[in-house]
Amino acid sequence: MTRAMNLKAALVSLLILLVFLAVWQVATGGAGGAASQAGMTPEQIEYQKMLGKDPGQVKSAGFPTPADLGATAWKHLSNPFYDNGPNDKGIAIQLAWSLGRVGLGFLLACIVAVPLGFAIGMSPLLHKAFDPFIQVLKPISPLAWMPLALYTIKDSSTSGIFVIFICSVWPMLLNTAFGVASVKREWLAVASTLEVKPLRKAFRVILPAAAPTILTGMRISMGIAWLVIVAAEMLVGGTGIGYFVWNEWNNLSLTNVIFAILLIGVVGMLLDLMFAALQRRVTYVE
Amino acid sequence: MSSETLLRVEALAKAYVPAKPVFADVSFTLQRGEFVCIIGHSGCGKTTILNVLAGLDGATGGHAFMDGREIVGPSLTRGVVFQSHALMPWLTVRKNIAFAVASRWPDWSRAQVDQQVLRFVELVGLGGAIDKKPSQLSGGMKQRVGIARAFAIQPRMLLLDEPFGALDALTRGTIQDELMTIVRRTQQTVFMITHDVDEAILLADRILLMRNGSDTADGYRPGNIAETVVNPLPRARTRAGLHHLDGYYPLRNHIVDFLVSRAKA
Repeated sequence: MTRAMNLKAALVSLLILLVFLAVWQVATGGAGGAASQAGMTPEQIEYQKMLGKDPGQVKSAGFPTPADLGATAWKHLSNPFYDNGPNDKGIAIQLAWSLGRVGLGFLLACIVAVPLGFAIGMSPLLHKAFDPFIQVLKPISPLAWMPLALYTIKDSSTSGIFVIFICSVWPMLLNTAFGVASVKREWLAVASTLEVKPLRKAFRVILPAAAPTILTGMRISMGIAWLVIVAAEMLVGGTGIGYFVWNEWNNLSLTNVIFAILLIGVVGMLLDLMFAALQRRVTYVE
Repeated sequence: MSSETLLRVEALAKAYVPAKPVFADVSFTLQRGEFVCIIGHSGCGKTTILNVLAGLDGATGGHAFMDGREIVGPSLTRGVVFQSHALMPWLTVRKNIAFAVASRWPDWSRAQVDQQVLRFVELVGLGGAIDKKPSQLSGGMKQRVGIARAFAIQPRMLLLDEPFGALDALTRGTIQDELMTIVRRTQQTVFMITHDVDEAILLADRILLMRNGSDTADGYRPGNIAETVVNPLPRARTRAGLHHLDGYYPLRNHIVDFLVSRAKA
């Protein structure tokens, strides 16, 4: 039943993709007509070229066709690791920079948010004390921190990591606190009657009980971090997939831009799938 | 049965509203090896008494002593079986019990812990389900695991908070018989809350009848133990043969009459 359904869904997905590609092809393909060279002497052709009107050149309509995108994608993916200086690096290198920043900022956020969330979840006093700060800081766009980060850290790459940190920290903090605070009283009662020491209680009872909620927070954080890194790298420049998008826009290479957009989506999906798998591992059925 | 007093409760009281304590002046004792049931309507404070004995809750008045020492907090010398089994759903049966055993004897080796776990899992007849998660077990099996966990730490006293309340009648009967067998074999001292008159008659050596707090013509009267009934039936009894024993019906009628007419008056 579900297998048949999955197959049907896959077929419909494929159909949607084909229709989309066809529309794209029709919308972009027809416009690019080449000026005819027929009836021109070589001198005339050369004269035309000197005037900047190369009659042999296939005129581009600006927006690339699906085939252009395919060719570009193949070009990037077949040689992803080259490095020809600051403005010309392989796509894998750009992605690695972005993933590295996201990973580092996210890890720092974990180190801060999980223990702090634990404390906030355990203590109603801390919860009330921290709440106003969290409520004010949480809705701030992470990019708003950028000038402050650039001024204080004085390093654009580290500032990017800081921005990732600041945007990842809130969902994790809130979810950890919520997960810890809503651990069933009876499990804590069991731990008390067994005279379990606080640290053992934290790691053996509260952490596994709250793990699904904490992982949900991490998954949300990772999603936001991947959204923010592109914008952050457009701002700070230098390396990364966000910088690549901006650089290719400045080069007016829309094909590269579209390819990068697609790649950002695929990588984001893979990151999300990874956290979904982690989430499944810690989820328990009551 | 020796007549050594294991638990002494003196003038215990609990008040959420100072003027209207749920119960007050509750006093009773438990002898070593004795099985005592407390029976009463919801809201009379049975669970609060049990939680005070477990050290999970504090009384507002009076004291409880075990082995001559006042109970001030939870202790491994008192095992608790919760009404909702309270197993950790992310651990298997083996690991649930091992968690308790390792807490009781932190310096035991893994093999020692596992041996103790096996012994008590076999005792409740769950050897085949030892590596299953609680979600894969039926309600009765879960409660058996809860019982095994409480027994496995070999406490001085066992506190059972309506352990069979959520089970169907057939399963309940089987587990009651099992519990009785284990208690008789291990000489365990048990304090148990129940709503079920037959359960109390089957298991208990003494039954404490508790009445609710109520407003009378003379003002508010807090809940208290109205009467202690000594079970006159022979100690070797089974659920199947219970109602054939002499003295069963008078005892049952007495308790039911109490619950119907006096407990909430």
